[in-house]
Amino acid sequence: MVASAVFITDLQGKAIISRNYRGDVPLTQVIETFAKYLVEVDDEAKKPVFHVDVNGDVQSGEDVGATGTGGEHFVYVSHQNVYLCAVTTKNSNVALIFTFLYRLAQVFKDYFGSLEEESIRDNFVVIYELLDETMDHGMPQSLDSNILRSFITQDANRMSEDSKSKPPVALTNAVSWRAEGIKHKKNEIFLDVVEKLNLLVAANGTVLHSEINAAVKMRSFLSGMPELKLGLNDKLMFEATGRSNQAKGKSIELEDIKFHQCVRLARFENDRTISFIPPDGEFDLMTYRLNTKVKPLIWVEAVVEPHKGSRIEYMIKTRSQFKSRSVANNVEIIIPVPPDVDSPSFKSSVGNVTYLPDKDAIVWNIKQFHGGREYLMRAHFGLPSISAADVDPDGKKKGENSWKKPISVNFEIPYFTVSGIQVRYLKIIEKSGYQALPWVRYITANGDYQLRMA
Amino acid sequence: MAKGKDGGGGGNSNDSKYFTTQKKGEMHELRMELHATEKHVKVDAVKKVIASMTVGKDVSMLFTDVLNCVQTGNIELKKLVYLYLINYAKTQPELTLLAVNTFVKDSADANPLIRALAVRTMGCIRVDRITEYLCEPLGRALRDDDPYVRKTAAVCVAKLYDIAPELVAERGFLDTLHDLISDSNPSVVANAVAALSEIAESSGKDVMKVSAAVLQKLLAALNECTEWGQVFILDSLAKYTPADGREAEGIIERVTPRLQHANSAVVMSAVKVILSYMELMGSSNIRSDAIRSLTRKLAPPLVTLLNSEPEIQYVALRNINLIVQKRPHILENEIKVFFCKYNDPIYVKMEKLEIIIKLVSEKNIDQVLLELKEYSTEVDVDFVRKSVSAIGRCAVKLERAAERCIGVLLELIQTKVNYVVQESVIVIKDIFRRYPNRYESIIATLCDNLDTLDEPLAKASMIWIIGEYAERIDNADELLDTFLETFEEEDPAVQLQLLTATVKCFLKNPEDTQDMVQRVLDLATEESDNPDLRDRGFIYWRLLSTDPEAAKMVVLGDKPVIEDDTFRLDPGLLNVLIGQIATLSSVYHKPPEAFVVRRAAGISADDDEEDDDDENYEDGDTGEGDLLDMGGMNINDSRGATASVYETKSPMNKVCGAEKSNGIEVYAGFRQVNGTIRMEMQMNNISSPAEIQGLAIQLNKNSFGLSPTSQQISCNPPIAPGSSGIATVELVVTPNMLAPQSANQPASPQVQIAIKNMQTGTVFYFAVDFNLEALFSQDGTMERSVFIESWKSIDDRNELYGTVSDIPPENLDIDTVINKFKANNIFFIARRPVPNAEGQEVVYFFMRTITQMEFLAELTFKQGVTACKICLKTENSSYGLLAKQAIEYLLRDF
Repeated sequence: MVASAVFITDLQGKAIISRNYRGDVPLTQVIETFAKYLVEVDDEAKKPVFHVDVNGDVQSGEDVGATGTGGEHFVYVSHQNVYLCAVTTKNSNVALIFTFLYRLAQVFKDYFGSLEEESIRDNFVVIYELLDETMDHGMPQSLDSNILRSFITQDANRMSEDSKSKPPVALTNAVSWRAEGIKHKKNEIFLDVVEKLNLLVAANGTVLHSEINAAVKMRSFLSGMPELKLGLNDKLMFEATGRSNQAKGKSIELEDIKFHQCVRLARFENDRTISFIPPDGEFDLMTYRLNTKVKPLIWVEAVVEPHKGSRIEYMIKTRSQFKSRSVANNVEIIIPVPPDVDSPSFKSSVGNVTYLPDKDAIVWNIKQFHGGREYLMRAHFGLPSISAADVDPDGKKKGENSWKKPISVNFEIPYFTVSGIQVRYLKIIEKSGYQALPWVRYITANGDYQLRMA
Repeated sequence: MAKGKDGGGGGNSNDSKYFTTQKKGEMHELRMELHATEKHVKVDAVKKVIASMTVGKDVSMLFTDVLNCVQTGNIELKKLVYLYLINYAKTQPELTLLAVNTFVKDSADANPLIRALAVRTMGCIRVDRITEYLCEPLGRALRDDDPYVRKTAAVCVAKLYDIAPELVAERGFLDTLHDLISDSNPSVVANAVAALSEIAESSGKDVMKVSAAVLQKLLAALNECTEWGQVFILDSLAKYTPADGREAEGIIERVTPRLQHANSAVVMSAVKVILSYMELMGSSNIRSDAIRSLTRKLAPPLVTLLNSEPEIQYVALRNINLIVQKRPHILENEIKVFFCKYNDPIYVKMEKLEIIIKLVSEKNIDQVLLELKEYSTEVDVDFVRKSVSAIGRCAVKLERAAERCIGVLLELIQTKVNYVVQESVIVIKDIFRRYPNRYESIIATLCDNLDTLDEPLAKASMIWIIGEYAERIDNADELLDTFLETFEEEDPAVQLQLLTATVKCFLKNPEDTQDMVQRVLDLATEESDNPDLRDRGFIYWRLLSTDPEAAKMVVLGDKPVIEDDTFRLDPGLLNVLIGQIATLSSVYHKPPEAFVVRRAAGISADDDEEDDDDENYEDGDTGEGDLLDMGGMNINDSRGATASVYETKSPMNKVCGAEKSNGIEVYAGFRQVNGTIRMEMQMNNISSPAEIQGLAIQLNKNSFGLSPTSQQISCNPPIAPGSSGIATVELVVTPNMLAPQSANQPASPQVQIAIKNMQTGTVFYFAVDFNLEALFSQDGTMERSVFIESWKSIDDRNELYGTVSDIPPENLDIDTVINKFKANNIFFIARRPVPNAEGQEVVYFFMRTITQMEFLAELTFKQGVTACKICLKTENSSYGLLAKQAIEYLLRDF
């Protein structure tokens, strides 16, 4: 139904570790096919899902099945310097395979700190165990590293003869994300509301697309099996409970909320109550999207004057478009420049500017950017009299256009949310009756924040 | 936000040291270590073996030595040895048997982890002889106290089914698995569902048997099990067909909260269930409100999928492509989210472009054009080309925006970027085809760029434009002339266009181009080796020399209008694909049959294999198999004597023997009564222990889309042992139940049916051949003139001939035939004597199925001959044979 085999290879497609779950594919051969794909197919023609027919020919959407049934389907993701790939011969659920592969990578990261060639070789015994426990007969089982840790450990001293370890109840329980009997000296829970602003501005200055992608992140250090209830200033919840008038302050409308698996979805659907038993440690409780028009918090305008064969000049203007009592921290404005510029010189009214030749960009760094301010920066570069594009006619287009990448901006504004979301309460009830303290923080930061240059 | 390093990574657990032993005599050394008495030496040795295995070295010669280590209480060591076994069991089947004892012992261990491990591993060892030993432990594990063992065992049944399906049946594991759907533990339920769906898929049988009770269990488990379990359950729900709109709505309501799940796979499977069930919700006013509100709920989760990892975005986009074809309204206001970001991977950008074109409308065209123009300046050549061509597709799609699109294309041509110009020329040709004689003013600009064109397709397009508008271009002949200089070096596509364009030019302006056309014709007919070119050259030559007026009609004739091809998937295929959302099939836009090998054929004509698997297969006259064998429509005694002449009746065939169904013999057939399709069953209770009162029925997907209106059949009065009774099942046609058809194969008449005897709990399966006349619609009449038109228009290839002999004499009277046919919704159109053939008469009939398939039939009778010739024409050629068989059956038996 899902995957016949899962394997991890290096960037050349050489197998590092593999597990054949169903024995219906010749694994060695299949991995060779994958390596061949990586090498032989143009990067631009590569797709994360592809089919190799019985003759060993790669096929994409249009011609799948044209040479009859059979063959293997490959589904892969890349991570650092490795590929994680699943193979199947059936009409498997690809969305499931991709989410599985990403979660598997996450489990490995949780276990080994990082997932790369070296960490896999260093821990192959545990990886085999994990591959065995996370998937059975090609069907994903449990991929919660907290729970897996309770019976699959890297502890070298664990070879005690009396392996009395039992499968943790959480492995099969309805609460599959939390072990029983957790104890913390201090019962605390931290709540970060992080709103990321995705923005796409056209070269003429119109905002093409702006949305908020936000997450309520939790770090939970609570003992026992606590029952939590989170109250937000959710407009629909007020309406559902008939308190739309009582609500103090403004309520907000959240679009497409997604919850961590611990939240009872049916209950939420019913009366908009967010109730859950949290996993221990760090997790994203919920994410939501806000499609309302958002004013670009940090605006950037660029005037570029290229003088072919001699120099290129930039005039960059930036403006903060939020209330003056807020401050954006660590603002980085990244402006792409042509690859063959030399002798940079900068002048800016605030912050400092650096040229990063390996990224073909300049970065304007402003440590603290108060609301309602405007700053200016000028950059000047020399250009070689013969540009790289002139020498290499094939690369002509690339040379001319690669620096026309959009400007991107990084920033963080604490104590501020675009949506106006507020945590009204976080109730924590545990049968031992302890008091626990919730800590709440609000941050707005950049997401995919791009402004196209004219 | 990333989790902190947990200390685990470093320290002494570095396994890489096991990879380093590479010296000679290594195997010997390893063997010694494997036999060591010290535990840690042994463990290290096994790790070294596994390390060698990992890097692809053959360590199968150590099989017995590794196997020796299996008797251990150390769970880590055990896991390693088991892993080794899984890898090498195939090569050493005999030796693997030595491990059986350990497996059996471990499967009864006190520690559930070890019990589960043993069962899981045994299932992975695909050695026939091991499987015999697996059954005992597996049976126990399925009833284990510990849910962890049960959930492992559930999956193991699917593994066993892969190797030895007959064992699974024999041991009744399928029933046990089915019982696990009611397990108290959600993980067990989820895995049981996964295992059952898997078995259903590979066997083509409905082993899920979703009943009302099962349905409630599944929906309850949906709230409790892990995200992966939720996907299993949702996917199996998507395969189920609700009995009616109300049930569909009820399930949708329970599924909708899943749209809020953080896992994209859960969301996509929920979308699949909702979209598939929506079909069944009907179209009354209340319902269409419900559908509208559902549609609104679907948009946000679909949009959010575009914020996931690029690979998942790719899957989502391929699926959204289907969804906007099926229900364009869902995302009509969301076009902006499909705008490409600079750093999107190329495969995501390409898919976004496809969707932009699908969603473009008069409302958003300006914004879309700005975007497409922006993309046309990016670096990636393929993407730029596709963007340019997208502008053309917008023009073809939206008549009122065509001019603006052309404006943008002209601007792009000004950039003089070689491939942008070429691609623009290609799409402008399409725009000219779509809107003839409207935008010729831009030809001058195009002509300025003639020398940039070096790709065959672009050149050919340009030449086509010149030829088509030769009268508006002052120097058309000169332009063509420049191309002619290099005629011989050109690509065949360009040569063909040059030939045609020159001839067009000549026809429009004969005075100046006489020489040129002569030269081209010479080049084409005498110098070229290309048969296409030569043939076309000769045809033109002959046309021009014999009848220039005719040549004008042919060469300058009106061309068929080209269409916007953005909604191009066939509706039937689209429905199939909507039911496959999130799977490979939905990514490829191909039905699963196109690329998956089926182990046992499910619903198809070559069904024999599956029947061989089925030991209880009853070799009765079920009209099985070979569709070309007319004998399949034999007259069966059980049909009884003629009853009422003007009534339809079912051809009752024995479809199920008593030994197969725990004592119930079934005869069944289909007929239509007052517009309702019915399956009639005669049941003889030969030896069933109890009275037959209630039955539950389920149909597999079939070639006709039949499904029962209710799953319950009640026998009133109950059928006591030794007696017989009749049961009727009303059927409706739903697209969801339509088995995908392959275009050139005859449709299978088979309808596969599962029946559950509610009294005994026995489930039995059989197949009944559908008789197509039961599907003929009451309003199948057709005007005589329309009939004649249709008859002429259907290609001869879609014609079927046959002769029916041994027709009973009373059926040779044409008037009787007409009346009797009419009762079966086969309508008389016309009759006429055959000229110059004494005593022969031709009769024309028409029939249309409820599913709007049309069949035209011509029957020839000859006086004094007990046979009749049939000629049948239809566009639905794969069903032609069935229609013909229906006529034959009616002629033979009234």
